[in-house]
Amino acid sequence: MRPILMKGHERPLTFLKYNREGDLLFSCAKDHNPTVWFADNGERLGTYRGHNGAVWCCDVSRDSMRLITGSADQSVKLWNVQTGAQLYSFNFDSPARSVDFSVGDKLAVITTDPFMGLPSTIQVKRIARDPNEQSSESVLTIKGPQGRINRAIWGPLNKTIISAGEDAVVRVWDTETGQLLKESDKETGHQKTVTSLSKSADGSHFLTGSLDKSAKLWDARTLTLIKTYVTERPVNACAISPLLDHVVIGGGQEAVHVTTTDRRAGKFEAKFFHKILQEEIGGVKGHFGPINALAFNPDGRSFSSGGEDGYVRLHHFDPDYFTIKM
Amino acid sequence: MGKIRWGELEDDAGDLDFLPQPLVVVGPDENGAKKVIEYRFDDEGNKVRVTTTTRARKLTGARLSKRAIERRSWPKFGDAEYEDAGARFTMVSTEEILLERPRVAGSKAEEPQVAEDPLAAVSKSGAVLMVCRTCGKKGDHWTAKCPYKDLAPPTESLIDNPPGAETAASQSGTGKSTYVPPSMRAGAVRSGTEMKHRNDENSVRITNLSEDTREPDLLELVDAFGPIARIYVAMDQKTGVSRGFGFVNFFNREDAERAINKLNGYGYDNLILRVEWATPRPN
Repeated sequence: MRPILMKGHERPLTFLKYNREGDLLFSCAKDHNPTVWFADNGERLGTYRGHNGAVWCCDVSRDSMRLITGSADQSVKLWNVQTGAQLYSFNFDSPARSVDFSVGDKLAVITTDPFMGLPSTIQVKRIARDPNEQSSESVLTIKGPQGRINRAIWGPLNKTIISAGEDAVVRVWDTETGQLLKESDKETGHQKTVTSLSKSADGSHFLTGSLDKSAKLWDARTLTLIKTYVTERPVNACAISPLLDHVVIGGGQEAVHVTTTDRRAGKFEAKFFHKILQEEIGGVKGHFGPINALAFNPDGRSFSSGGEDGYVRLHHFDPDYFTIKM
Repeated sequence: MGKIRWGELEDDAGDLDFLPQPLVVVGPDENGAKKVIEYRFDDEGNKVRVTTTTRARKLTGARLSKRAIERRSWPKFGDAEYEDAGARFTMVSTEEILLERPRVAGSKAEEPQVAEDPLAAVSKSGAVLMVCRTCGKKGDHWTAKCPYKDLAPPTESLIDNPPGAETAASQSGTGKSTYVPPSMRAGAVRSGTEMKHRNDENSVRITNLSEDTREPDLLELVDAFGPIARIYVAMDQKTGVSRGFGFVNFFNREDAERAINKLNGYGYDNLILRVEWATPRPN
């Protein structure tokens, strides 16, 4: 493969998201400007200016008209994808960490960090079609599991919200009442902070990545642990292929090894695993720093990775990727 | 015939010189580039040669929806609005990056591993069937790396105890409550040499290998005779080709013997193999 390198961000990448049709790629980083690129050749289309802090997460509506971003500047902003204009800003009392549009884009779930004595929260906001009618009221507020909630997404049919974070427990909440429905088991679940959570294309299962050097596959309805993928490095990002039975996991480096200077630059790799067999398929090297973000194009024919080095690497798979035999 | 006066034209060859040559199409070469060479008359009546080189390249998976095509023509905004032409935000990597498959166990790469934890060994497990004699589990680990290796005293000396630990243990002697390796415990059967030395006695040298034979190829060849402890193919560092010989260490002497008998003189990759004991045959 000849990856396309996109260096638009001055600071480490935090999140990557493709739009539904797979022609646009949105990148968020610790510099304050989320950027949108064309997903085929990596050409930059534009940046969204307005945030004053690291942008942790974003999501794009199904029609690719609206972008929502969550930032450490304690705001979540709605943008017009095409023009870059800011449509609305939700303000909070603590940094916003994760954002996700619901199926139908009428609601968005937002998590905020614990800050200055305030516990972490999961909030649901209604998104109006017309930004002028947008209200900042929360439809639902769930207060605090311990620690930071790194990611919260909508469960199947928006009936549930699935969250995971620093306390290593995956939780399922009811959208109507805000009640906790299920929790992952402490023994079999993750042992350290869950850093990333990513849904399958059909929403029936999801993948979590954790600093305990493993990633786990769960059923979205029953929260049953289905598979575990073991790596040698703490996991910062994970994604499920929409086309083949593959998952990709990216991460950092053992703290012990940080001081050893390695002449071979670019050795941080995204590891591919067979989703069902749990075996490693291979790795794609290239990043000069830990990988913080991974995303598959909805057509499954390419993927991109964002690193601590500020680069986004866009890979179009070689033909032999599609015929890999285990 | 317009403005052209045939008498003024160059007389290259032939009578019908006043007509331009028919167009030449040089078909798609290996890059898919096609050249069309036309000969025309321009406005001043000069004969000109027009070469058009085209290469049709299908953009990978470029099945864009109508909306996606519209988006392609959106104007740039934000920081990209005044991007100058030389801006290099997007570049294609000069290096070819591959999806590197994990290496098969039994090839050279496995050797330098020190105290691998069993979980890592599982995740790296390749296509080789590994049977551990101590716990009987297949496909997990070799006997030497068995996590249960000190639970049952081995029937033969299969446990690789580093000499340092051995002497320390024997010096501390019985009566003290120090750790005694299974091979030193009362009732353990040891037949002389340690596992590693024993394996070197089961070493088989294979010569007259072809230039591009590597460890996985040899493994395929000898795997049928029994479990392999080690496989090595000598390589020339400078050229990267095989030096034509390699060594295979079997766990069992009988397997090594059968391999020698069967493979010596065997035709492999257009060469006749020579297979024999690596050290002068002891008995």
